[in-house]
Amino acid sequence: MEGTAVRGRLTWQSATVTKIIPETARASTIVFEIPDWAGHRAGQHLDVRLTADDGYRAERSYSIASAPGEPVAITVERLEDGEVSPDLTEELRAGDEIELRGPIGGYFVWDPATNVGPLLLAAGGSGVVPLRAIIRNRELTGSTAKARLLYSSRSLPDVIYRAEFERPDPGLDVIYTLTRSQPPGWRGHAGRVDDALLAEVAWPTGQDPLAFVCGPTSFVETIAEGLVGLGYPEDRVKTERFGATGGRQ
Amino acid sequence: MSPVTRGFHGRRRTPPGEEGRVPPGQYVTSDFPVLSAGPTQHTPTEKWTFSITQGGDTKKSWTWDEMRALPEENVTTDIHCVTRWSKLDTHWQAVSIDTLLEQVEHQAAYVLAFSDGGYTTNLPLRDVTGGQAWLAYGYDGGPLPPEHGGPARLLVPHLYFWKSAKWVRGLELLDTDQPGFWETYGYHMYGDPWKEQRYAGD
Repeated sequence: MEGTAVRGRLTWQSATVTKIIPETARASTIVFEIPDWAGHRAGQHLDVRLTADDGYRAERSYSIASAPGEPVAITVERLEDGEVSPDLTEELRAGDEIELRGPIGGYFVWDPATNVGPLLLAAGGSGVVPLRAIIRNRELTGSTAKARLLYSSRSLPDVIYRAEFERPDPGLDVIYTLTRSQPPGWRGHAGRVDDALLAEVAWPTGQDPLAFVCGPTSFVETIAEGLVGLGYPEDRVKTERFGATGGRQ
Repeated sequence: MSPVTRGFHGRRRTPPGEEGRVPPGQYVTSDFPVLSAGPTQHTPTEKWTFSITQGGDTKKSWTWDEMRALPEENVTTDIHCVTRWSKLDTHWQAVSIDTLLEQVEHQAAYVLAFSDGGYTTNLPLRDVTGGQAWLAYGYDGGPLPPEHGGPARLLVPHLYFWKSAKWVRGLELLDTDQPGFWETYGYHMYGDPWKEQRYAGD
């Protein structure tokens, strides 16, 4: 497997929250100013550390939502039983300081210089976050790699970055499937991604596509196995999974 | 000094009385999250082998049936994932790595576990011997499900769980430590959860 090693020590840094952007009723994007950020690649994540007034700390990993070169941002979806996400989405304010370190991870990463083949990006829920970094990276670098985003969401109001994805981009197709509720007159896909939908959306293997799949375990299992079934080589299917109680998001 | 985070009090989800069992920065979960870098592997047991190799040569190899004929151990242990979940009192059916290595003459100091799908992870030999590591094929009395590493995975519960390679097919004996898959991407070479050795330099 290819890869660039992440070298050196990852130290905790103090970041300032510059902006909080509500994305959906449950998800917000938090934009940071980080004085010594080493730079990141699309698909990587970072660790956030929260400290209570009695010194108790909790850490979690979040995918980076912004492209390399943009201010570092994460998008956090509030988990009802979460220890950290409710604080990040409800309490944090612009101007607050928070500790973080990163970037972390080097496998679930898209490199526009070396990967010019078409991209299949499959997102389940907030699994769209690192894929959004890839989409922005593609746009900002003027990459000619075509991209398709297959985005499975509970409902249309739960779609994160919807306004951004609706901007016309001839190199990007966005295909939604809404699993729980569809608005009146919805002509897109409904229900979970199945083999038929995947076969329709996936680039033919002859074009040397690269797939990034991120979402809950059941979603990732279905898509990754479906793509292998369609003939995608296993090393062209990169996955990132999160369980209901934690993981990345 | 860490700045106090606005509104954060923490939920401290560690069950009462279990605090000493949960390494720093971990929280206890009751489900069993799945984390892998690529598609789940499905090697049928009739095609499965487990090999101890050195310098590319196979020193000893077991078929599934040969491995299953070795003494079974029932292991109850806590496991700790670098993504911060810990799961207490997990039950495994397994063969001790000691049982496998006893059948091979060697003077190695490290091993690199290798798996279907290309995954690798490195471990000091002293951490996979002495009753600390297993080849696990059963979970909670049933076969180990593929998404959790079945038909067989490494079980090295005193290190972060990425060291417990899923879909493991063998151990390469090494004189010097060599980074495996996640270690190449900046994760810690050793991975002691009690020292929070998550990333290189921790």
